[in-house]
Amino acid sequence: MLDSALEVLRLQAAGEASAVEIAERALDAIEASQSTHNAYTHVDRDAALAAAQAVDAKRASGQPLGALAGVPIAVKDVLCTSDMPTTCSSEMLRGFRPPYDATVVEKLRAADAVIVGKTNMDEFAMGASTETSAFGITKNPWDTSRTPGGSSGGAAAAVAAGTVPLSLGTDTGGSIRQPAAFCGVTGLKPTYGRVSRYGLVAFASSLDQIGPMAWSADECALLMNVIAGFEPRDSTSLDQAVPDFTLATESNDLRGMRIGVLRESLQAEGIDESIRTAVAHAIGVFAELGAEIVDVDLPHREYWVPTYYVIAPSEASSNLSRYDGAHYGHRAGEEAKDLVSMYCRSRAEGFGAEVKRRIMIGTYALSEGYADEYYNKALKVRRLIRGDYDAAFSQVDLLLGPVTPTPAFPLGDKIDDPIQMYLCDLFTVGANLAGVPAISLPGGFDPAGLPIGIQLQAPTLEESRLLFAASAFQSATDYHTQRPNQ
Amino acid sequence: MSQLPTTTIIGLEVHVQLKTATKLFCGCSTKFGSPPNTQVCPVCLGLPGALPVINEHAIELAIRAGLAINCDIPPLTKWDRKQYFYPDLPKGYQISQFDLPICADGCLEIADPADDDSTRKIGITRAHLEEDAGKSMHDEAAGRADSRIDLNRCGTPLLEIVSEPDLRTAEEALAYLTKLKEMMTHLGVSDCEMQEGSLRVDANVNLHIDKHGERIATPIVEVKNMNSFRNVVAALHFEVDRQYAEWEETGNTIETHGKRTFGWNDVKGVTYPQREKEESADYRYFPCPDLLPIRIPSERVEEIRASLGETPEETRERLQSQYGIKAYDADVIVSQGRGMVQYYDAVAMACGDGKRASSWIQQDVMRSLKEQGGDIESFGVTAEQLAQLLSKVSSGELTNDRARDVFKHLSENGGGIDEAIKALGIEAVDDSEMETLVKELLAANPKVVDDVKNGNQKAVGSLIGQARSKNPNANPQIIREIALRLIENA
Repeated sequence: MLDSALEVLRLQAAGEASAVEIAERALDAIEASQSTHNAYTHVDRDAALAAAQAVDAKRASGQPLGALAGVPIAVKDVLCTSDMPTTCSSEMLRGFRPPYDATVVEKLRAADAVIVGKTNMDEFAMGASTETSAFGITKNPWDTSRTPGGSSGGAAAAVAAGTVPLSLGTDTGGSIRQPAAFCGVTGLKPTYGRVSRYGLVAFASSLDQIGPMAWSADECALLMNVIAGFEPRDSTSLDQAVPDFTLATESNDLRGMRIGVLRESLQAEGIDESIRTAVAHAIGVFAELGAEIVDVDLPHREYWVPTYYVIAPSEASSNLSRYDGAHYGHRAGEEAKDLVSMYCRSRAEGFGAEVKRRIMIGTYALSEGYADEYYNKALKVRRLIRGDYDAAFSQVDLLLGPVTPTPAFPLGDKIDDPIQMYLCDLFTVGANLAGVPAISLPGGFDPAGLPIGIQLQAPTLEESRLLFAASAFQSATDYHTQRPNQ
Repeated sequence: MSQLPTTTIIGLEVHVQLKTATKLFCGCSTKFGSPPNTQVCPVCLGLPGALPVINEHAIELAIRAGLAINCDIPPLTKWDRKQYFYPDLPKGYQISQFDLPICADGCLEIADPADDDSTRKIGITRAHLEEDAGKSMHDEAAGRADSRIDLNRCGTPLLEIVSEPDLRTAEEALAYLTKLKEMMTHLGVSDCEMQEGSLRVDANVNLHIDKHGERIATPIVEVKNMNSFRNVVAALHFEVDRQYAEWEETGNTIETHGKRTFGWNDVKGVTYPQREKEESADYRYFPCPDLLPIRIPSERVEEIRASLGETPEETRERLQSQYGIKAYDADVIVSQGRGMVQYYDAVAMACGDGKRASSWIQQDVMRSLKEQGGDIESFGVTAEQLAQLLSKVSSGELTNDRARDVFKHLSENGGGIDEAIKALGIEAVDDSEMETLVKELLAANPKVVDDVKNGNQKAVGSLIGQARSKNPNANPQIIREIALRLIENA
């Protein structure tokens, strides 16, 4: 089993395994798991082996190697790859091959990582269970009757199933953190603007962010070092110095750190007892590591989900206008007699139900006469929510709370009930609306043995602080070292 | 039946394409006339995942333009998405500016076409930046509805300049457009070539009819597809008559019929209603989340204001007084833009003959530019070379005709004047050689000799052509002088 990126690097450095051998093990593991978990939409064995061979050749000739040399990695199928299809798990983009690599993909290649394939997701990243994919549902490696979460369900399951040590996900309202929690791995949503979005197929541009998924915070730090940084091709990219994130994981001493607990949020309806227990337990662990625990509240928390579900669909309705059948992607057949019917049929056939629902919500929210009531009002509330975070972070260094109201739910449980599905984002969308970084890390198990995640949030650009606390927590606990029975 | 007193109300929306080397949000070239879909990239194609990055030069040009038309440049401007579906709009939205345009609240003073001594001040509501769409080419030959799309133009920067409804006649509209075009070319903001689409005009027009003290407004018509200033004038005249007739016939007013869109048919000389959407379009404008708002500090605005230099009027007056050229000639040079003015200044100054420089520029330089399709900044004959050439003409070293040959050679092949002279085989002809030639010609043309002796000196002219066919370097002035001297002394 290919557990750890750090172990993969050590094996190669020590001459105990070549990059090709490691790639083969990853590819074999994918082959063994795919029919059960369906974590991938595309696997490119030849390209992966060629990349691994190139790493071995570099090593043999003494050339300098990138930070992820020979480390197999899976990439969510919403990130453009010039040598593999980029489908967003949508019929609309079945077989679509972009002519360019996303910036993060360029950076992975430059770091000598071995990209093994693309991971399954909710269609256009809209969903919390990976059930809206046009390419089949992904199953949770801990319990295949349950969802891995979403929308980065494939990326989380790919790690949890032991096929790769690292994956890249994207998080618009919790799409890295919730699947990380459901699959018992660690997932980081960086500060908005920390990682270039160039080549990330947009869902909601003001909320989308790419981030790392791995078993441990230390490995997330390793991947953050590669993908973070200013890039002029993304105008929303932050022109800020990037620290060495791995340095943050060296100390475990949390003395002097003030951690705010969102105590009230735990009282909300529909929260599983196991979640409350895990958060309470995490509070104890952090206290023991030296952190000072204080209670804080984010007063506009009850407006997070409604605000998110106006802003995100509004932007999505605009971003997804380009899929009209005219230039690329799915186009209706000959029965479409004129332009308008070609548009209507192409979009009716190419998009799934959840995508259509969000396009309709967003179109409505931006319409003349309704924009003030919905979209513009949501922007105002978003400012209040940011204000809440600013106020909270003037008192504390980090915020601690749950990631999800429940552990992984059974497949099919919420797919016909959009409101229940949207409520999965109850604790995660705040960080996206405020643009702050947040991490989900394994915090225990429920009585049925399903993983539970806990969430830390930090002020803008303080990913290092998150990784520091997360790594300290993982030095004191072993949840991130547990593996599903395969 | 006599017509009631009527006031025509006209407002113009003018799109000018900004003269940037690259597009508004990507590095693709804005060059006109390249093969379809060769100046495109993931950004202007609107491919999934691609993101726009603002072209600073477009901001600079927009501010220049705005200052020239007396606009405020607000400290904050932002980008919005205007959403509609069309195949030449690959993102399904156009990045434009909705509520915070880069230029606001300006005006343009025009000469009053009805009164030579007065001017009219035309308000400018706003000017905003936006990206152009591509071009759809519909080929319905052979019974096939075959549409092709060229996205080269997609993402080209446009400045949309919206006037107040302050214009009262088609002639005022023409004066406004002429002045605006002159400003924009003069400042290097735009080429303003209507044929190439770098200047486009939509006109909003209606009538206020005074019916015995009651003011009745006819429905506003937005006229599109006018591809020359002449057409704008014709369309406005047509529309004024048509609206009055329509009102007499139907009584339609702005209250009952609001606003409609008409096209202009140049061949038939008529406006015609364009197909209207059942509901008014809802563009669902919202701030573009891929671009940050732009802060424009007042220092930057003042810096640009300071760099604007003289206005076209000031340049025209200066050229007349400095070089003694006529108002018409100054006007032609100024209307070619600032690059041409600089070129002219350099030539006139260096050769010392502003009139000769003006005539050469208007004839030879402008003709070559038109044939070669370039602009004066990259023209093959430098101002220094042309000045040198004209000095040679002034000194008699070269004839006008031979200088033209040299000019043509330079503009086609580049290189230096001496090289060109050498390549063309132009040599100074020695006077004794010329005298031998003229003697031969006089011997062969006794009638010319007689005519001159009888007082008709012009008869010598027929010798000049003959001399030049024998020796192209022959200087007509010298041939004339030698011939007259020889006849007189004979």
